[in-house]
Amino acid sequence: MNGWKRAGRGSRVRLVTTLEAQEAAVLRGLVGEIRRMLAGRSEENPADELAVLTGMRTGPSSKPDDHVLARLLPDFSTDDEDLSAGMRSLHEPALIDAKDEAAQVVEQTLPESGGRIELSPEQADAWLASLNDVRLALGTALDVSEEMPDELPPDDPRTAHLGVYHWLTFVQDALVQARMQVR
Amino acid sequence: MPQSTPTTVVEPDVDEAGSADVPWQAIVWNDPVNLMSYVTYVLQKVFGYPEPKATQLMLDVHHKGRAAVSAGDKDKIEGDVAKLHAAGLWATMQKV
Repeated sequence: MNGWKRAGRGSRVRLVTTLEAQEAAVLRGLVGEIRRMLAGRSEENPADELAVLTGMRTGPSSKPDDHVLARLLPDFSTDDEDLSAGMRSLHEPALIDAKDEAAQVVEQTLPESGGRIELSPEQADAWLASLNDVRLALGTALDVSEEMPDELPPDDPRTAHLGVYHWLTFVQDALVQARMQVR
Repeated sequence: MPQSTPTTVVEPDVDEAGSADVPWQAIVWNDPVNLMSYVTYVLQKVFGYPEPKATQLMLDVHHKGRAAVSAGDKDKIEGDVAKLHAAGLWATMQKV
């Protein structure tokens, strides 16, 4: 992975990079983990008959206990619990769908054993959203803060994972920069 | 927000929604994961803001901890917050 380059023009413009086999495997694993977490949340709230009949799905009204999932599926209000509950119930199923669809775009455009990746602008947007979800999940699990040093002491159990987090930050930031050059 | 991209600091002088007679606003909160570049891009994409305005709002979030990024009726703001959540931003809605 050496940044993203722009190729082609007009409707055929693509954002291009190359991933090593190991990089592709790490990313695929993390994106798959996000999908499993979101699917687990959905399974806790199976659609009832009324929802099937009307096509109007409602989600749970309370936020996930797991702090990583809670960061992926945030409350709509900081101080109005009733508002948060109502909005979550209305919007969470579609939010989970959107995140899952973005993750699927990554899985479908990521070569199994690494190699060249070519994304349309729309696919790049899905990658940005999915990379962000992975970084949110990893950053929350690692308790990343703005004061955190780039490198932790070697005996810190988070050291190896933090390297992956920083790599994902580079991949996402480089893709944002490339995407902003394409309209 | 991690400052992975050099940006020119512009002190925001506009209170996005404080003065208008609109009942709701969408708030974006600072968090340690979301990139400054990505937040700027999302604000451009979701709201159609020109880059200078999106950058200014992003800096507001970064320096003040939060910023009102849009204002309007409840339905509009509800939709705005849902879009910001889909992009992974930490956003809430509140009455003005």
